[in-house]
Amino acid sequence: MSHKAHIPIGPYHPLQEEPEFYKLVVDGEKVVDVDVRIGWNHRGIEKISESKSFDQSIFIVERICGICSSSHPITCVQALEDLGGIKVPERALYIRSIVQELERLHSHMLWLGLAGHFIGYNTVFMWGWKYREPICDIMETVTGNRQNYAMLKVGGVRRDIEKEHVSYILTRLDEFTRHLDMLRGVVLDDPVLHARLKGVGILTKDEAIDYAALGPTARASGVDIDVRRDHPYAAYDRVKWNVITETAGDVFAKTVVRILEMYESVGIIRQCLDRLPNGEIDSNPKDILPGEGIGQAEAPRGECFHYIKSDGTNSPVRHKVRAPTYMNFPTFRHTVVGQTVSDATIILAAIDPCYCCTERMLIVDRKDKELFGVQELIRMSQDKTKSIKESMGF
Amino acid sequence: MGFREKILTRSLYVFHVSSGSCNNCDIELLDCLTPRYDLERFGIVLVGSVKHADALLCTGSTNRMCVPRIKLLYEQMPKPGFVIAWGACGSSRGLFKDSYNTGAPLDEIIPVDLYIPGCPPKPEAVIGGIKKLVEKINTTR
Amino acid sequence: MTIDEILQKLQERFGSNILKVYKKNDKRAYVDIYPKDIVEFTKYIFKDLGLRFNIASAVDDFDALEILYHFADDASGYVISLRALIKEREDPHIDTITTVTKSAWWIEREIHELFGIHFDGNKDLRPLLLPDDWPQGVYPLRKNFVVPKRDSRKS
Repeated sequence: MSHKAHIPIGPYHPLQEEPEFYKLVVDGEKVVDVDVRIGWNHRGIEKISESKSFDQSIFIVERICGICSSSHPITCVQALEDLGGIKVPERALYIRSIVQELERLHSHMLWLGLAGHFIGYNTVFMWGWKYREPICDIMETVTGNRQNYAMLKVGGVRRDIEKEHVSYILTRLDEFTRHLDMLRGVVLDDPVLHARLKGVGILTKDEAIDYAALGPTARASGVDIDVRRDHPYAAYDRVKWNVITETAGDVFAKTVVRILEMYESVGIIRQCLDRLPNGEIDSNPKDILPGEGIGQAEAPRGECFHYIKSDGTNSPVRHKVRAPTYMNFPTFRHTVVGQTVSDATIILAAIDPCYCCTERMLIVDRKDKELFGVQELIRMSQDKTKSIKESMGF
Repeated sequence: MGFREKILTRSLYVFHVSSGSCNNCDIELLDCLTPRYDLERFGIVLVGSVKHADALLCTGSTNRMCVPRIKLLYEQMPKPGFVIAWGACGSSRGLFKDSYNTGAPLDEIIPVDLYIPGCPPKPEAVIGGIKKLVEKINTTR
Repeated sequence: MTIDEILQKLQERFGSNILKVYKKNDKRAYVDIYPKDIVEFTKYIFKDLGLRFNIASAVDDFDALEILYHFADDASGYVISLRALIKEREDPHIDTITTVTKSAWWIEREIHELFGIHFDGNKDLRPLLLPDDWPQGVYPLRKNFVVPKRDSRKS
């Protein structure tokens, strides 16, 4: 009987200290099993929401996750608008799309940087995050803050995009696209990355459907779903754009999907700015009537889903929040079994887990003997890239 | 402040712990290390182990599961050391003070030397905050 | 398949086992069913008709506990929610749907620890979110659980 050892995988951000996220059961170099226990980040948001007013709930859900900072508010206000049949002015719909797509750009670029760090391409990490700054600047100019935008309200948006901002946004987008072209070449044409990421952590289409995977994780496995097209909201049915899918289902396919989605996002923002109609940005609804409402939006990681039940008072009776990583995370168990330990961090990073949306993970096992810590695992991943590079003569 | 504290301010080794945050503050912290803000030019470096740290940087709203760990990390940090409470959640648990899964505020668990409020604090606020900490240490007898 | 077509198919297939149908608009419909039929409905909607499982959300209605199972049809753009009302608040039970789809793996654990509903047939109902030292039998999302106010003068 071969020796089974247990390896903890640490936190998502290499610089965070949170032990006991995952413990993989390994047999030699191969991962044999993985278990799940989360709770380090559980803040009881659904219960807090029941004691706040509807307006306050939007600020709370914004802080579910820092990266999907406009996805949860959009979903929440859409659930309330669905509940009460509240109409939103056209200009507000376009502004919502613009904010959503800007968030998608900053999130995918952030992911690209972190994935680069995990596999040892630290330059990609530094440059990816540096070239993400124009997007944060646009956000600060338009919304007033780099991260928590506070742009959404029931029936519209809180702030308008001024005329003088439009040319500023377009200039910074041009700058962003140039850098994106450069990073795309670096990442997609690199033979070492092909060798490192292709065939790693494959999620088949059938499994993606059975786990109800979402977002780029599902689209990289050939599942053609995107809330922006299937359940249209904001201004997505008024502009032309493509849903990016790949069929391989491995980490490389997920990278390709995210990079190409960034180009689509730039296109959507340009079209929205071009067609931005004049008019009100807020329909000023007064009451939320009793009833139930469901909201959906496509966050950078997949579909966000909120269900709100109201009894006519000013607070929700029930506010159910479901973030995309909640459905994507269980696929990690399927994709990492049978792979080597040095690939575990990049396979996990490929689903772009948003811990705060999901809560952290602890994988408990029978024995608790620690073999490696998180820094070790990241270093193993980086070492593997180095050895592939050397074997290819670079 | 003694001689040892003053020496530390020349190059602060920081250990980051998150006790249940929305990751916004953590992203802004990583942002401080990237080329635009580049905290490393001030000698501030993020370390992988608390035993090498001069300062403990805490984000997050003190989740119940994390409270014993924060205490342990503070005890393991070699003294003299500083504690920086980062963000609204680090300072006072922010929006999450009424949650069933949130413990006491950070400054009731470990002594805090610097509060950097904000949700999240901008990198400029962070640089300003660290500068204030350095001044406080250097001017206190 | 439009929302009317799926409601008609459900009516034809399950007939008297459907308690109530509320079609809100072309994108939202709520179907009330008996808790004992949830696996049959899920098999039909998920496996036969191919809808995607969104999530399950439990609600504390004071006199009963209800679970809503939300399914999305991405091809046609609507969400259908099955409502199962569980009257026994002291010892609520319902069959697990993890035999039909793996995507319910986590949500059943979460509902079990936050509401106290037991999913028969699910052998893995360990806590997912709450700390290990959380008291047994205390379900935070039930309405009778009030978050204790902390006096910040005491530590």
